Amino acid sequence: MSLLNWVDARFPLTETWNKHIAEYYAPKNFNFFYFFGSLALLCLVLQIVTGIFLTMHYKPDAEMAFASVEYIMRDVPGGWFIRYMHSTGASMFFIVIYLHMFRALIYGSFKGPRELVWLIGMLIYLALMAEAFMGYLLPWGQMSFWGAQVIINLFNTIPFIGDVVSTTIRGDFVISDPTLNRFFAFHVVAVPLILVGLVFVHIVALHAVGSNNPDGVEIKKLKDEKGIPLDGIPFHPYYTVKDIVGVVVFFIVFFFIVFFMPEGGGYFIEHANFEPANALKTPEHIAPVWYFTPFYTILRAVPDPWYGTLAMFAAIAILFVLPWLDKNPIKSVRYRNKAHLINLAWFAVTFIVLGMLGVMAVTDGLKELGTRGTQIYFLFFAITYVHSRPQQANYLMWFVILLVSVLFWDFLRYDSSFTENQASLFWQMLLLPIAYLATTLLLPHFIGGANREKEVPTRVTG
Amino acid sequence: MKFNSLKLLLAAAFFSVAVAPVAYSASSGVPNLDADVDLSDKVSLARGAKYYANFCMGCHSLEFSRYNRVAADLGMEEGDIKPLIFTRDDDDNIHKPGALMVNALREKDAIRWFGIAPPDLTVIARARGGGDWLYSYLKGFYQDDSRPFGVNNLYFSNVGMPHVLQELQGLQALDKDTNTLTLVKPGKMSAGEYDQVAKDLTNFLVYVGEPAQLHRTFYGILTLLFLLVLLVLAYLLKKEFWKDIH
Repeated sequence: MSLLNWVDARFPLTETWNKHIAEYYAPKNFNFFYFFGSLALLCLVLQIVTGIFLTMHYKPDAEMAFASVEYIMRDVPGGWFIRYMHSTGASMFFIVIYLHMFRALIYGSFKGPRELVWLIGMLIYLALMAEAFMGYLLPWGQMSFWGAQVIINLFNTIPFIGDVVSTTIRGDFVISDPTLNRFFAFHVVAVPLILVGLVFVHIVALHAVGSNNPDGVEIKKLKDEKGIPLDGIPFHPYYTVKDIVGVVVFFIVFFFIVFFMPEGGGYFIEHANFEPANALKTPEHIAPVWYFTPFYTILRAVPDPWYGTLAMFAAIAILFVLPWLDKNPIKSVRYRNKAHLINLAWFAVTFIVLGMLGVMAVTDGLKELGTRGTQIYFLFFAITYVHSRPQQANYLMWFVILLVSVLFWDFLRYDSSFTENQASLFWQMLLLPIAYLATTLLLPHFIGGANREKEVPTRVTG
Repeated sequence: MKFNSLKLLLAAAFFSVAVAPVAYSASSGVPNLDADVDLSDKVSLARGAKYYANFCMGCHSLEFSRYNRVAADLGMEEGDIKPLIFTRDDDDNIHKPGALMVNALREKDAIRWFGIAPPDLTVIARARGGGDWLYSYLKGFYQDDSRPFGVNNLYFSNVGMPHVLQELQGLQALDKDTNTLTLVKPGKMSAGEYDQVAKDLTNFLVYVGEPAQLHRTFYGILTLLFLLVLLVLAYLLKKEFWKDIH
């Protein structure tokens, strides 16, 4: 212990350990959804460690990149294992992050006093998307090349400066060696630094305000004489041993994919990416990796490229202001009205459907569905705002306002050149946003039970 | 002008996007035959390697793979693979078994002869999402006098390649209404023998696309067994620590 004393006299080791681990009091009622914070951290570490080993053999050069990946897969001892962990890790990272964000959504973890935790988390999500996007170029396959082509061309649609912006991103007039070089630099140095920094700040902010829980009860309000929250338990050993169980279950899924289905059915590693990048040969189908597809569908739902790009970025940006849209003092879905639960369910389903549409070939029906899904995606935020004050809300007025805005969008996009099929789909699927608005606004208006909020307990349950 | 081409490009992206896994199914729309790939059949893999070296490799290199790796994976001695090596190094010595499986075809010549350089096929099975397409392709050549080499392919419309295995398979004709192929000029082999050749080649190409697949499931089973034991221990540990939390 004298060594520890020596260190403690020079560095707050014990103090830091206690503050963040041993005497960090977390609510005792964490459920399944609370595994994904620590699992996200695990994913980050996995990606960094496997990434370091890949960097030892990978060549960021348009002439050599593809071959160097195959060299890793064949000639580097254990190289295929490292590479599959990295490619699987990318997809698993997003699965974990989406569940982590969904948790925040249903238990109101983004609300005060945790707004900064949410905002920093959103920045992490943005950085993670940039990291994944740039990493996907590195294998230099056809999907790497053409996926990047489509996304970088989005910046072309910016009025006036679009050309300059996209040329600056590429470092050339087309995607080529300089693009690969700078994406490599960003992917292995710049963005990981930002990510690690943001994750650090995310955790510091979280530990300053304390963790939320499935009941949305602030455990710091009720403390014993020693100042310890009555419903809090020390993170270590309780949640460290619990998280080990979560980690093992995660690893079972993770290594099942790594060893038995590393291509993830063509979703984690796309088949077309086994063909070297070829600027002269456009693949028959260009599909982004699955974790971008909900936003890709939103992009495609708007016919004009510039407005589509705006819609896509707006779909992400609007998540930032969630803490100021949902002002309902009740955090957890458990004690909110039924209409709120229905609203969340619609959002989750819509997000998944938008994601599935993003990898599917566009037909008239799916295109219309994508547009309707996009409308519901954005309506969700308006409904969330309306549900902030369920007792005072004028549901009928909001129903009319939102329905009119949907019809206005439809009026703008309705085209006399629609085929008979397109027109009939247009009218049929109008039922979707109407059903959405009806179940979230009319239902609580006409049926009192759907608008009733429950009393939030003072102590956590279960 | 610039904006128009951009719109076109985006439109192309919008309307061409499809499910990634089927992205490389046959452009002709004919469903693939079932290749029934079996990588445990080492004899078939070795025959596939032999056929590949004799019929394919003159044009299609396997430039990410090495001879000695193939030999080791197929249970052969390094010496056994030497008869398949035809290329020479800079000193004009025949390549050693540790060499990459390149060929002697110069790209410029290839473009002059075929209009396009024959692609390297090391990872073709992965690009096509498995062996079914390859197997179908190898069986899909039919007579088409409008094509420069007199043949076309049911699974690769207007293919730029001659039917290299015609000597073995013979020549098929296409019934355009039913999309079925019938043998009109027999080759050296019976239909069954040729099917086996196509299957051997498919097996070999699926193997060479990812040599690790011969071993990774073994490690996978070990890893999962270890994790399952660890899961029990971790769960008991958690339960022990949490028994006084209510």
